[in-house]
Amino acid sequence: MNPSSSSQAVRCLSLRKHFGEGEARIEVLRGVDFQAELGKLTFLVGPSGCGKTTLISVIAGLLDPSAGDLEVLNENHGRMKAQERILFRRRNLGFVFQQYNLLPSLTAAENAAVPLMADGVKRGLAVKKATALLDRLGLADKAASMPRFLSGGQQQRVALARALVHEPRLIICDEPTAALDHKTGESVMGLLASAALSPDRAVVVVTHDNRVFHHAHTIAHMDDGIITQVETPKPALTS
Amino acid sequence: MNFIALRMLMTDRAKYFGLIFAFAFSTFLLQNQISIFCGIMQRTGSQIRDVTDAEVWVMDRYTEYFEQTKALKDTDLTRVRSVPGVDYAVRLFKGNPTARTLAGKFASTFTLGVDDSTLVGAPRQMLLGKWENLRESNSIIMDKAGYALLFPGEPFELGRVLELNDHKVTLVGISNASAPFVSFPVIHARYSEAINFQGRERNQLSYVLVRPQPGVTAEELARRIEKETGLKARTTAEFIWDCVIYYMKNTGIPVNFGITIIVALIVGLAVSGQTFYMFTVENLRQFGALKAIGVTNSRLVGMVLLQAVVAGAIGYAIGTGMAAAFFQATLHGMATRGIILMWQAVVSVGLLMSVVVVAVSLLSVRKVIVLEPASVFR
Repeated sequence: MNPSSSSQAVRCLSLRKHFGEGEARIEVLRGVDFQAELGKLTFLVGPSGCGKTTLISVIAGLLDPSAGDLEVLNENHGRMKAQERILFRRRNLGFVFQQYNLLPSLTAAENAAVPLMADGVKRGLAVKKATALLDRLGLADKAASMPRFLSGGQQQRVALARALVHEPRLIICDEPTAALDHKTGESVMGLLASAALSPDRAVVVVTHDNRVFHHAHTIAHMDDGIITQVETPKPALTS
Repeated sequence: MNFIALRMLMTDRAKYFGLIFAFAFSTFLLQNQISIFCGIMQRTGSQIRDVTDAEVWVMDRYTEYFEQTKALKDTDLTRVRSVPGVDYAVRLFKGNPTARTLAGKFASTFTLGVDDSTLVGAPRQMLLGKWENLRESNSIIMDKAGYALLFPGEPFELGRVLELNDHKVTLVGISNASAPFVSFPVIHARYSEAINFQGRERNQLSYVLVRPQPGVTAEELARRIEKETGLKARTTAEFIWDCVIYYMKNTGIPVNFGITIIVALIVGLAVSGQTFYMFTVENLRQFGALKAIGVTNSRLVGMVLLQAVVAGAIGYAIGTGMAAAFFQATLHGMATRGIILMWQAVVSVGLLMSVVVVAVSLLSVRKVIVLEPASVFR
């Protein structure tokens, strides 16, 4: 359970995933080979239904692969028990969702503090740490606001703070700019590139939005359940 | 995470109050109906309970409850007295003569004739006058509800004259007798006079009231009297239960109350269950996000149970408060006197509501457990 210092954050080899059986069987991942490296912003792009969301769900340990090898932060997922996988996810992964998925009954700071509280950190300490992070993300004055009083961009920044607050080594983002206008999307992606990325952390972003592709270090194109092409437009961050 | 669960619960005000109202109303209805039912059942033994001077009641062997009396022979009193372990045994008459005031108001009564010499069985809780005044000729003591019925709106006053089946009697005391099952005035008189209020029969002795000697238990003495006289002998507690059981078996009261209690339970379960389930379903995305972040199923189940327990506990507390207020408000009414919120009802409904809370949570818990965390990406 102790991730090593290898440069690979995610390594998928011949990864397969199907849903249903018999005539209803649908092959979503058909042997995916995919890597995401530490210090890199890796984009996973492709048309709707090509299997991007299923792939990140498998990488995150939210779905079990049907076949193939998967290593996340040098831990083989297939060898982990369900409970170990949950603990691994809680400690090492951060999520940014398309629809933010903030809890409407909590303030921005409390929302950002959820991963810490889920890991047993006292509420006061967790909220203090989350508030400091919101400050770094330019939301100091919104820490006590409820999500319904925040704009889409502000909500996504709170979601970003929630993904970062427990200092995970892998951040998985699902269409983080899809619900935002271009300017806000660009700003959120800029924050993701500047605040989330570090030499010992990898960020995997699923996106359709080609206006933000210029932030990527690696772009993996996916189609019909396989990776068809990998581009590396920018070098990775180094420590 | 508990505070997140509580915030989730309380943020949706409409559902939160709906849930609490369902639990509260169900609790109120259950406690109310159970207490009224038990109160009415207790009334079947009111006059037995009020006699504190004797511990064993001797009666005809076929007597099943207090109202149903078949007179014993006067010699039966002597036979009971001869049983070893009897400290004393005295007569008690029970009849239902009609009382009529000088103003013409009348009512059937519940008249008890107590032993002339000892006055065993006379009411011990007096509101006005003394029970010893029964020694005066043609005197009676009447309970406060009977007084209010026959002299409506008039202040308590001794010395008032009325007729009992055409026998002129004088009121020498007003008692605080327990409410009888039927709302008749409860009148106490001396045995020798009470038997004359009723039409003459060959035998007049309704009950023999017995007190055991020191060292002899009431149960032991009752069994001994039954064995040696062939009469039926019951301790006070046994006789009260006989009356309760008789009314339970032979009247529609348990069915009526039972139906209301079951309906209250079903409505409470259905409304609170439906509301809580809807609440959980609407929050599934939030639970999914927590699951994706790494919150375990057991933690989420704990959160759901906490939400149900808190809503159930608040609803139960409010419902119990409502029931207590109801019985406080009706405590002094003539028709409802003596019917109180019983602690047994509070405890049993508490246990019942705990079962309801668990039942209500089960569907929601299942929904959360089977929730696919990957659904948050869709």
